[in-house]
Amino acid sequence: MRYEARIEVTHLPGILDPQGATVERSLPALGYDNVSAVRIGKCIRLILDAPEREAARAQVEAMCDQLLANPVIEAYEIELTELVTAG
Amino acid sequence: MSARIAIVVFPGTNCELDVAGAVTALGGRPELVFHTETTLGDADAVVIPGGFAHGDYLRTGALARFSPVMGAVAAHAEAGGPLVGICNGFQVLTEAALLPGALQKNAGLKFRCETVACRVDSSRSALTGEAQVGSVLRLPINHFEGAYVCDTPTLDRLRAEDRVVLRYVENPNGSLDDIAGITNAAGNVVGLMPHPERASDALLGSADGVVLLQSLLAAAGARAVAA
Repeated sequence: MRYEARIEVTHLPGILDPQGATVERSLPALGYDNVSAVRIGKCIRLILDAPEREAARAQVEAMCDQLLANPVIEAYEIELTELVTAG
Repeated sequence: MSARIAIVVFPGTNCELDVAGAVTALGGRPELVFHTETTLGDADAVVIPGGFAHGDYLRTGALARFSPVMGAVAAHAEAGGPLVGICNGFQVLTEAALLPGALQKNAGLKFRCETVACRVDSSRSALTGEAQVGSVLRLPINHFEGAYVCDTPTLDRLRAEDRVVLRYVENPNGSLDDIAGITNAAGNVVGLMPHPERASDALLGSADGVVLLQSLLAAAGARAVAA
């Protein structure tokens, strides 16, 4: 099967997010003064082939733990979508 | 015989010649080692200098960890060899889990490039062995991702084991507990954000980094004699 993984990497709760804090301070200047808790992370998308969904998830988790996220400061969430292949 | 200092060069490293120059001036023998090498020769000490290893893609230091040379660097550290990561080198050492914690974007998202006052808080490391605890060194910093972070148990351990070797007198980047440099439990692996090699001659504005590099050469020399 072919899956698309969408991985969202964000700061762990309690870790200072200077980008989020700066954007949060900027939004009121545009009149958006009702915004709080801005957090900025990164989004990684990739496609992988795996026999089934759980194997795909396990592999993406392993990749996150080893490289895609730094577990000391970052958390990640994985969203898997099965891709329909033609034919 | 002069101590041999291997200086690891990744694509994007840019402080290797500054370190080599400072090492030579202090009587050491620098040797540049490219990241594709799998051995460090017979280096007595290793320096991972500053720069932007592998473009700092994904996270600073994240990709350098997978360079072939890092196996030899880890083995050198494991065997008790002096290993110092400066700036980007510090980031590489945390990503490689040779030092705890991580370095993230400066508070206020400011790139800080200035000479700052740093206090030596422990002489129990390969980089501070000859420095006076409590002495204040003027050292240049030059980084965007220099705010040290770690979890509370790690910080407690660093403090309890006297492993914070250098603290900023005035915190320039939001670093936890004003940390500018730390060491591992054995004291042979050190990471710091300031650049001692850029403060190695009065002509550069400060020679306060000399005592740190001299400490490293002394640790390397002691190892050379023991070998």
